[in-house]
Order: sequence, then structure tokens, then C-alpha cells
Amino acid sequence: MKYPLSALALSAFAAISSGVVLAQSPLKIGFMAELSGPQGALGQDQYDAFMLVVEQNGGKLGGVPVQVLREDSQLKPEVAVQIVDKLIEKEKVPIITGVTFSNVMMAVHKKITEKEVFLIGSNAGPSPIAGAACSPFYFSTSWENGQQAEVVGKYARDQKMAKVMTIAPNYQAGRDFVNGFRRWYTTPTIGELWPAVNQPDFSSEIAQIQAANPTAVFAFLPGGMGINFVKQWAQAGLKNKIVLMTASTTDGIGLPAMGDAALGVISGTFWGPDFKNAANQKFVKDFEAKYKRIPSQYAAQAYDSAQLLDGAIRAVKGDVSDKAAFRKALKSAPFKSVRGDFAFGSNHFPVQSFHAFKAVRDKQNRMTLETIDTPLVKVVDGYADKCPIKG
Amino acid sequence: MSATLVISQLLNGIQLGVLLFLMAAGLTLVFGIMNFVNLAHGSLYMMGAYIAAALVGQGVPFVWAGLGAMAGAALLGFVLERTALAKLYARDHLYQVLATFGLILFFNEVVRYFWGASAVYMDVPAALNGALTFMGINYPFYRFVIIAVGLGVALALYLIIHKTRLGMLIRAGASNADMVGVLGVNIKLLNSAVFALGAGLAGLAGFMAGPILSVQPGMGEPVLILTLVVIVTGGIGSIRGAFLGAIIIGVVDTLGRTFLPIIFSWFLEQSLAQAAGPAVASMLIYLLMAVVLALRPQGLFPVKHG
Amino acid sequence: MKRDRAFWFAAATLAFLALLPVYAALAAQPFYVTLFSRIMVFALAAVGLNLVLGFGGLVSFGHALYIGVGAYSVGILAHHGITNGWVQLVVALAMVALFAAVIGAVVVRTGGMTFIMITLAFAQMGFFLAVSLKQYGGDDGLTIDARSAMGLFDLANNTVLYYVIFASLLLTLYLFHRFINARFGLALRGIKANERRLAALGYPTFRYKLVAYVISAQVCGLAGFWLANLTKFAAPSYMAWTVSGELIVIAVLGGMSSLFGPVIGALVFLLLEEVLSSWKPGIWPAAETLLGNHWLGLIGLFVFTLALFARQGIFGYLAGKKDSAGGH
Repeated sequence: MKYPLSALALSAFAAISSGVVLAQSPLKIGFMAELSGPQGALGQDQYDAFMLVVEQNGGKLGGVPVQVLREDSQLKPEVAVQIVDKLIEKEKVPIITGVTFSNVMMAVHKKITEKEVFLIGSNAGPSPIAGAACSPFYFSTSWENGQQAEVVGKYARDQKMAKVMTIAPNYQAGRDFVNGFRRWYTTPTIGELWPAVNQPDFSSEIAQIQAANPTAVFAFLPGGMGINFVKQWAQAGLKNKIVLMTASTTDGIGLPAMGDAALGVISGTFWGPDFKNAANQKFVKDFEAKYKRIPSQYAAQAYDSAQLLDGAIRAVKGDVSDKAAFRKALKSAPFKSVRGDFAFGSNHFPVQSFHAFKAVRDKQNRMTLETIDTPLVKVVDGYADKCPIKG
Repeated sequence: MSATLVISQLLNGIQLGVLLFLMAAGLTLVFGIMNFVNLAHGSLYMMGAYIAAALVGQGVPFVWAGLGAMAGAALLGFVLERTALAKLYARDHLYQVLATFGLILFFNEVVRYFWGASAVYMDVPAALNGALTFMGINYPFYRFVIIAVGLGVALALYLIIHKTRLGMLIRAGASNADMVGVLGVNIKLLNSAVFALGAGLAGLAGFMAGPILSVQPGMGEPVLILTLVVIVTGGIGSIRGAFLGAIIIGVVDTLGRTFLPIIFSWFLEQSLAQAAGPAVASMLIYLLMAVVLALRPQGLFPVKHG
Repeated sequence: MKRDRAFWFAAATLAFLALLPVYAALAAQPFYVTLFSRIMVFALAAVGLNLVLGFGGLVSFGHALYIGVGAYSVGILAHHGITNGWVQLVVALAMVALFAAVIGAVVVRTGGMTFIMITLAFAQMGFFLAVSLKQYGGDDGLTIDARSAMGLFDLANNTVLYYVIFASLLLTLYLFHRFINARFGLALRGIKANERRLAALGYPTFRYKLVAYVISAQVCGLAGFWLANLTKFAAPSYMAWTVSGELIVIAVLGGMSSLFGPVIGALVFLLLEEVLSSWKPGIWPAAETLLGNHWLGLIGLFVFTLALFARQGIFGYLAGKKDSAGGH
């Protein structure tokens, strides 16, 4: 019984001391992401990068002390909805950020923005919220889901790939990515493969690819599926025979686990760790120093979201209660993005360039991404014209 | 739909089947003898993969890493069985399901704590890499190795169970555990040995799957669910059922995924076939299981009594 | 005397639930209304599951399927512009009955471990089916624009929704109470104790089990109906196999031998999850980070310990019942 008693005393002490801290009444920010269980890696990168900014600024954003309320939505929409209720009704946060997966975003987007709470999404960007369901209270520092596939489609067209096959899981995001790819790559594909979601073994699909013998394959296989596919692809001896182009597959999270199997694989997104701008070099150096790993794009998105908040909160001198003024400050994107130029479009998604990357080993022999091309320069996503927000 | 495609898909199906057999063998033995439902079998598979990946990462030769993974998983299984799970043998299945469900959550966090949430790296060693070409088919060499090891284990298990004293005890234990105990056999030790053997086979499966699948937290669950389908379809408690069930499920799943979309496109309009084909293919083995159980509730190859 | 204690304890819990919105309003913490709405939804589902689990001895590892079917019935109808809640409710219950009757006809013929696994497999099938429904959001789930229109009850108001869920929980408990103590319930418990004897006495045990299975699924479907309304969302994750596992945990934790046990189980388990997942006492930062990242592991150990030592659940313990099987 000793331990619980001392713990009780300690927590009483903590309550008193935290009361002292509360006297300064910091600005509360809800950070909700997938942080536990098998899907926790992306959310962890988002959180680490966000907190990197907060810690470097001595616990402040925009010169104001902030209290980041870390919430784990467990990839369960019903839990996410409840966390949002707690953050808004109990903690009375004016800002919520994070959100890793599209299904959670779809479950909470309307709920948060309806209550005029600012939602700064730093990963998931399902097409409805970029289009008809957009909200003036939502800002994204990532992309609309299809864009990472569009850049690869443009790359394939630029490279004049003759025969292309696609492979993506049989669910909504899979269809969206393949459609995004086809938006730019207009030559008819010679085959489409739709494996089941979270299918571990792709030997059947790889055999079909071998039989069809295309010039290139476009793959959207996020998470563990991508790691499995890329390994099995290399083992089947296809690595140097057929070009493999991917979206959300050979990302910074998966590359270390793929190793040599991923060497030479092409991918497309908005940012890479080798960008030369000053903001990015500082970000990559600081992130590596603190967390001992190369930041992924998810970390970059969250880092930008923290910098965006820092700039916008400073612009309104820490007073986020004037929602019109704060929204204007956010819209002006007053920060230096790690991706270089950054501006918000009418639907509050970034207007940005998309690049093509190749998986390589860096000087320390770690797997990373190298920029090889910029197929799409300062593009607006394909849904912005469906969004009714003006200004 | 060329002959080479059919043959290479058959090989793929058999390869998936032998991997499932390694999992199913342990699970079905533990159930047959101790009447115990072990959902944490997938966690042992995961631990096997992680141990092997860690050893390979330290520069341990591939084969030794595999033995290490088997030994590690067997030891873990032994310790779990001795310290906790044995207490549940006499309890209702419900509590066994509950306890091992808790263990799944626990072990996923254990590997996340030690190895992080991202997948860890593990690849095929150079000696086993590359593809074999025969009859116009290009097939990864490593997958042949998996098939060979799986068939070897199946043969070894058959010989152990039918030709050795341990096997005789296992067979006796499966039909009447109390009687074996009364006859002076140390039934506790027998249980522990069987449990450790099953755990070791799960570790072996994890080790062999490591280079082709992503080694990450939660990797055991999809395999566990497939394994459950295998042993229910094959007939619970029977090694023969586990083996034949595993091969059937592996082949049906692989062939279904490849050929259902093609077959659908003969009868249906293109877009509909593309939507329905993969959807039905992903449910095919569950449908098969449902049909089997509706016709033969005890499974296709149940244990023969008497 | 024993029954009295159980009765008063249950009554106190229900009184607490009845008064909670009042407290939430006084304390200006409307969040508690949604938190406890969700707890009651899972309580309802676990009460439903417990009909076959606790009283019928059938360990279903797939009841989350019916939560999903109930939720998708609301989502799909709303998607097509049918927002009338009564229509949605009837369709949800009918769909659940159809699914449960077909699946039940296969599964209740089996028993023991086969039953556990085949129910799990059917739930997986439903999960994959929902994921492949691309016109209804597939893996991303289906957003529901507005809560069901139920005439007198304005569900858009969280407190009204809370009391409607509460009322349906009370009604279910009452009907189950009647049911359990009727001939049918006695037969069901008889089947759990000794199916062969019941069959020998001429009871059509297959039909009894099937009917119990369908009714139990219906209550889970009702829970799914409320969950869709509460979250304005339907998603495949509602029928993930871990949800089926959690329902069993809730039933065992609360106590399976009573109707009311699962309600207590839901309260304790979901509050525990809520506290552990965001617990920040400010005592020991290193431990807090560990807990924040790995609280699921702690839940895992908790469930494991529960399985090893739980005999009668919290409600059974508090009610002071002696478990006949308990060998202390």
C-alpha cells in the first residue's frame, strides 16, 4: 500500500504545481492522430515534428505559451468523434491539428468546423473536403489524396512510358489514386490489379504482371502492403526489368524496412529530405539530431503545420478568439515552408509543386529519397473549383 | 490465362499453404491435446519474425537466425504456458480466448516498445536470392525454399507423431488426456513440450515470412485469422486436416484472387467485373469455410477416433 | 437478500445514468453526455451479446458484425435521402435479422472452438464486404449528414439522443428480463448446462439457439443504429474483429451470469480506456510518455489478468453471488 499513498501525495503536489502553470493560461491546442497500435508510425512522426517546433520555441507558438493536448484516435472513427467532443466541449480548444487517416478525417471534419474550431490537417486530405464539403475553418499543410498519384502520372507521361499496369488495394483511396494517376497519364493502361486491403502476399499479382510484361507499373500500396510488395517485387527479379512507380508506398516510413529492394523505385510527392532551402535544411538537421532518423513527409507536413500556427498566432498577437482575423492570418500562410514556396488555394489546400523521387542510399548508407524531377509546378488540386469558399 | 500463369499461381498457393500449415500445426495440436484456444499464436509468429530480423541485423547468418527465432519463440511459448496459460486448460474456451486476446494487445506493444512502430528490415540472403527459370516460368528461389522447408516439417511431424514414443503420447493425449496421466506419464511436461513445439513452428513461420512480408507490429493477426480458417476447414485437432486444409486454403485463395476477376469479366460488364471480382475473391475462403461447415460441421478431415 | 443487493446496485447505476446529463449541464461539461452515450451504446451491444454468451454458452467472436450492419443501414439509407428514423430502424433490424438468420443457421450447428472461429470469420467477411462498398465510402467510411428524423425525438440534440439510447437500454434490459425467466430463457440456460439432455427431452435445441442468436444480434444492430447516429458516421472499423473481442471483455468484466453485468462492464472498461489513453497526472514524465504510447499494452495485461482470475465479474462480485464453478 506504500506506493499508492506516495503516488497520491505526489499527484496532489503535482496538482498544486500545475495550478501555478495554469495561472498563465496557455493556449490549448488539440493534437489528434493515430498514435497506438500497428498503425502508429505515421502519427508518431507527425507528433514528433510538431513538438519539435514547440520545444524549440520554448513551449510557445507565436510567442504565446501553448499546451498541446495529445489524443490518440486509435484509427477508430467513433473514438475520434468522442475525442473531438472532449477537446471542444471540455477543454474548449480553439485549434485542433494532426489527423492521420482519411476515414478519421471524414468522421471529424464536419463536426470540428461546424463548431468554428480551426482544423489544421497535417496528413489526410480526402477529396470531398477539398471540394464540395470544404470549410473556411479547415486548412491543410499536406495535399489532396489524388495529387501524389497525379505527379506520378505526369512523370510517366513525360517519360513516354508505353505500356503501364496499375495496382492498388480494392477500396476508395485505391480507386482515387489510380484515377489521379490516369488524370495525367492518358494512354489506356494495359491492366489493373485490385488486391484486397491489407493482403500480405502479392505473388499472384506479380505473376500476372510478369505475364503481361509492361514497361512500368504504378503502385499505390500504403503501409505494410507496400513493404511486402516491394520486397516480393525485387525477389521476383523484376527490379531492373520493369520500372516501378509508386505513391504513398516507398515513403520515409517504409524505406528503411525495404532496404535494397526499393533502390531505384520512383515515387512522387510534394517534399523530399534533400531539398536545399534553408528552412528544410534546419528541419532535417534538427529532426535527425533529436530523433535519430530521417524525417518522413508526414513529419514535414506536421512541422509546417506547427510553423503555420506559429506565424498566424504571432500575426494576431496570440488572440485567436477573433476568428475572422485568425482565419485571415492563417490564409496568408506567414511562414517559411520546408517545401519552399507555399500558398493556400481557395479551398485552403496548398498550391504547391510536386516532385518525382528515386529511392537511393545516402552517404551514411541509409535509405532515402532523391529528387529527380518536378513534373507539376505550383498546381491547384482537381477539386478546388467545387469548393464554394471565396477568399 | 496461359498454362505458365496457372502453374506459377499453383506454386504460390502451395507456398502460402505450407506457411499456413506451420502455423496451423501448432495451433491444432495445442487444441487437440490441451483443448486450448490460443489466439496469441499469431503473436508468437510475430516474435519469431522480430527475433530473426534482430539477429540478421546483428550479422548472424541467416540459418542460425532462423534457429534462434524458433528457439526464442519456443522458449517464450514454454514460459507463457508454464506461468499462466496452463491454468486455463480446465477453464471454458471463453477465458482462453479472452486471455490470449489480451496477450495479442500486449505483445504488439512489446515489439513497438523495443523496435518502434515502423516495420523493420529483413531481406533474403544473397545465396537464396534470385529467381529460377523453368518451363518458361520465372519463380523466386526463396519461395521454393519455403515450400521445401514446409514439406520437410510436415514429413518430420508425421514421423514424430506416428513413429516415436512422444508421438504416441501425443496421439494418446488427444484422445484421452486423463488416461495418459493416470498411466504415469508426466502430462504437464507433455503439455509444455507440445506447446513449445507449436510455438517454435510459429516462430519458424515468422522467420521464413520475414524476408517476403513486412515485419511490423500486428503482423500476426491476418495470419492468425487465415490459420483459424485453415484448422476449422481442415478439422480441428488433426495434423492431417491442418496440412490438407492449409494447402486447400492457400491454393483457393491464390487462384481465386488471380482468376475470379478474369472469369467475372467473361460474364459481366468491365467496370462491374472489376468491382465484384476482387470483392468476391477476398471473401472466397470464408465462403468456402461456411459451405464446408454447413455440410460437415466437424471439418473436412476430422480426427479419427477409436 | 442476495437478489436485493444486486437489484439496488443496478438501480443505483441506472439512476446515475439517468441523472448524468443533469450533472453535465450543471458542471457545463456537455462532453460527458457524448462520452456516456457511447458507453451506453457498447453496454447495449454487450447486453445483446451476453444473451448467447452468458445465458446460451455460445462464445461469439463476431457480434461486431451486427453493429456494423445496423450502422450501415442508417448510413446507406441516409445516403439515398431516406432520413426517416423509424424507416431506418425497421430496415436496420430487418437487415440484421436476415444476416443473423442466414449466418446463425450455419454457426449454431457447431459448438466450442469451431463456433468461436466461424463467427469470427463471418464478421471478417462483413468487414471485407464493407471495405469493398466503394459507392458507400469503402474503407474511408460513410459520413451521415444528419441524425435520423424520429418525429417527437429531436436526435440532433445530444441530450435527447442520450435519453433515447438510455430508454432503449432500459427497454432491452426489461424485455430480456422477461425473456430469461420465461420458458424460452430456461430452455436456453438448460442448453448451456447440458444440450444433450435438453435434446433428449424433446426440445428443438437448434431452433432455440438460432432464435437466441438472432435476438442477440438484433440488440447489437440496435446499438449500431445508435452508434451511427451518435457519430454521424458508419465505417468498416465498427465491425473489426477487435471490437468483437472488446464486447466479450465487457461482458466478462461486468459479469456474464446476470443481465446487468455487461452494463457495469461497459462503464468500467470504456472509462478505463478513456483515462489510460489520455492520463497525464504530471508525476513522472518518462512514465507518462511510456503510458501515452503503450497504454494498449496495459489494457492487454488487464484483459489477460481478468481472464485468469475473473470468475463472476464485477457485478457478480458486488451482488455477492457465489459462482458455483468458482474454485477459490
